[in-house]
Amino acid sequence: MSTNSMSRMTPYMFLAPAAGFMIVGLLYPIGYMIYASFLDWNPSQLIGEADFIGLRNYTSLLGDESFRESLTVTLKFSSIVVVTEMLIGVGLALLLDRNIRGISVLRTIFILPMMIAPIVVGLMWRYMYHPSVGVFNRILKDWGFEPIPWLSDSGWALASIIIADIWQWTPFIFILALAALQSLPRSALEASRIDGASGWQQIIHIKLPLMLPVLIVTGLLRLIDSFKVLEVILVMTNGGPGLSTEIMSLRISRTASEFRELGVAAAMSNYLLLLLLTLTIIMFVYNKIIDAREASVRQAVEEG
Amino acid sequence: MPNIRFDSVEKCYGTVKVLPPFDLDFEDSEFTVLVGPSGCGKSTTLRMLAGLEDVTSGEIYFDDKPISHLEPKDRDIAMVFQDYALYPHMNIAKNMSFALRLQKVQKKIIDEKVHRVAEMLGINELLNRKPGELSGGQRQRVAMGRALVRDASTFLFDEPLSNLDAKLRGKMRTELAEMRNTLDKNMVYVTHDQVEAMTLGDRIVVMANGLVQQEGTAEALFESPVNKFVAGFIGSPPTNFLEADLFEESGLLFARGEGFSLRLASALKDSLDTLSGRAVTLGIRPSVIKPGSEAPADSAQISLYVKLCEYLGAHKVIVTMCGLHEVMIESQSSARFETGVEAQFAIAPEDIMVFDKNTELRL
Repeated sequence: MSTNSMSRMTPYMFLAPAAGFMIVGLLYPIGYMIYASFLDWNPSQLIGEADFIGLRNYTSLLGDESFRESLTVTLKFSSIVVVTEMLIGVGLALLLDRNIRGISVLRTIFILPMMIAPIVVGLMWRYMYHPSVGVFNRILKDWGFEPIPWLSDSGWALASIIIADIWQWTPFIFILALAALQSLPRSALEASRIDGASGWQQIIHIKLPLMLPVLIVTGLLRLIDSFKVLEVILVMTNGGPGLSTEIMSLRISRTASEFRELGVAAAMSNYLLLLLLTLTIIMFVYNKIIDAREASVRQAVEEG
Repeated sequence: MPNIRFDSVEKCYGTVKVLPPFDLDFEDSEFTVLVGPSGCGKSTTLRMLAGLEDVTSGEIYFDDKPISHLEPKDRDIAMVFQDYALYPHMNIAKNMSFALRLQKVQKKIIDEKVHRVAEMLGINELLNRKPGELSGGQRQRVAMGRALVRDASTFLFDEPLSNLDAKLRGKMRTELAEMRNTLDKNMVYVTHDQVEAMTLGDRIVVMANGLVQQEGTAEALFESPVNKFVAGFIGSPPTNFLEADLFEESGLLFARGEGFSLRLASALKDSLDTLSGRAVTLGIRPSVIKPGSEAPADSAQISLYVKLCEYLGAHKVIVTMCGLHEVMIESQSSARFETGVEAQFAIAPEDIMVFDKNTELRL
């Protein structure tokens, strides 16, 4: 081998171990899942014994009432939590972006929920939502209100898991929004004060527009994440009562373990994957557009 | 336009005293330059005037109205920032009209004002661009335009030219000087560049270590600095300083230092009567040291070792040594000096500034 072709090979040789891990750890399971989604496969069978049924898993899912219900719950859950978390997180960031005594302690406390393991969060909230000994109902009772069936009523259960998710994930938005805020050009904010902007006008005309690129990416990340939430809801309601809190990932896990239909579960996972892929591509394209615009601006400046 | 008055204004950050209480007056329609080395408190002074920094104690008055508790927007000021501080997400027209749009001025009037100012500054064709698409000089103009559109009574400039390259800075300086003549406004300008200060300011306030050292016209500061700092800060190349002791001989006053003895102006003598033997610092501007051959007979003579000559086109800077001290001399570029030898130079006694060595005040 000549030194020339050696040196051309070098980067690939360095990449090879990582590529190997990627293929084994990522592509193989995904390929396996895609293949499995075309099978009528029971967990007691080996994968080779399962019947190949083409796209039937996918088509039957489209007509499946429970699957559609689960999709609706997921979309409802995700859109509500993301919007609420964005509002609260950005609001808190705007509120706490200042130098007051003890602010760093406050900030640390705010991000604590994010650091707790999801199972623990689920258990914690299940106890707090407990109909008789839970802290919420005890307080309600002390104040003379009727107790609320937080997790046992299909009307309340979704709201209850949404509250728990908001509690856990608002900090994520908060720290990213705060970081974005603190990197805003200070002099532009001062200029706007001199130009006569009140606090609100500063937020609306200067801060939010300048934070927007970060906020969009944050929102999309959170949206993608919220489609995959499992443990907290599993522990709190296990999808019930009825199907009221059965989000997609939970439905997938139950289809595989309880209904013993691995092919259907795989097909469902692929639907979820497609959904997430679409969101990721939107995010990717958005970043590309921003980069391209900045590049063309730079070019214009250099030429000008 | 209001008279601006600082009345024993003080600024502290926590326990750190940045600016001890000071008074300062800005006359009506005057271009005042605050100049000093970085950290001297000039920017803080401007920012207190703008309302971006709180005043720790004391009061700022616009005419007789106390304003230190007012928000920046209620002070009728416009400001140009060092880094221009344009709003990156708005185009130039939007940047310039931001204040007017907040005031809910009619769109027609806004357009008219923006176009008039853009015309004046020659940035008409940039109105639809974003700040990121402009060069430094263009951004500088837009920042200026944004302040002008406001039509405020007082304009504040915080080192507006320091981010430009030398050539552009000179050009913008000239334009600013022209603008000063056409606008009947109070202008307060902060810079660390004494050339900018001298060329622009009707009045210059020299600051150092949080204290106002001297204020006055460029000529006054150059001709009669009150202390060693001002003498050293104003003028380029800077004033040469030599340590010396005073002594009196046959009714004349002399300063004797390492390797020189210079006769001082007789006008000084009376006030120095009692000061014989006192330690002083002599301040000698590079432009007043002449080659010995050209000097009038009554001038003070000094022998200097010529180290090198810097040719600068219109003039020359000769670097010489007086003992261990470097002494700069400014001369015509046609003058010839041999390097590496001692040469005789002369200084008119009245051109020698004498400062007390301890207080650094001019005697």
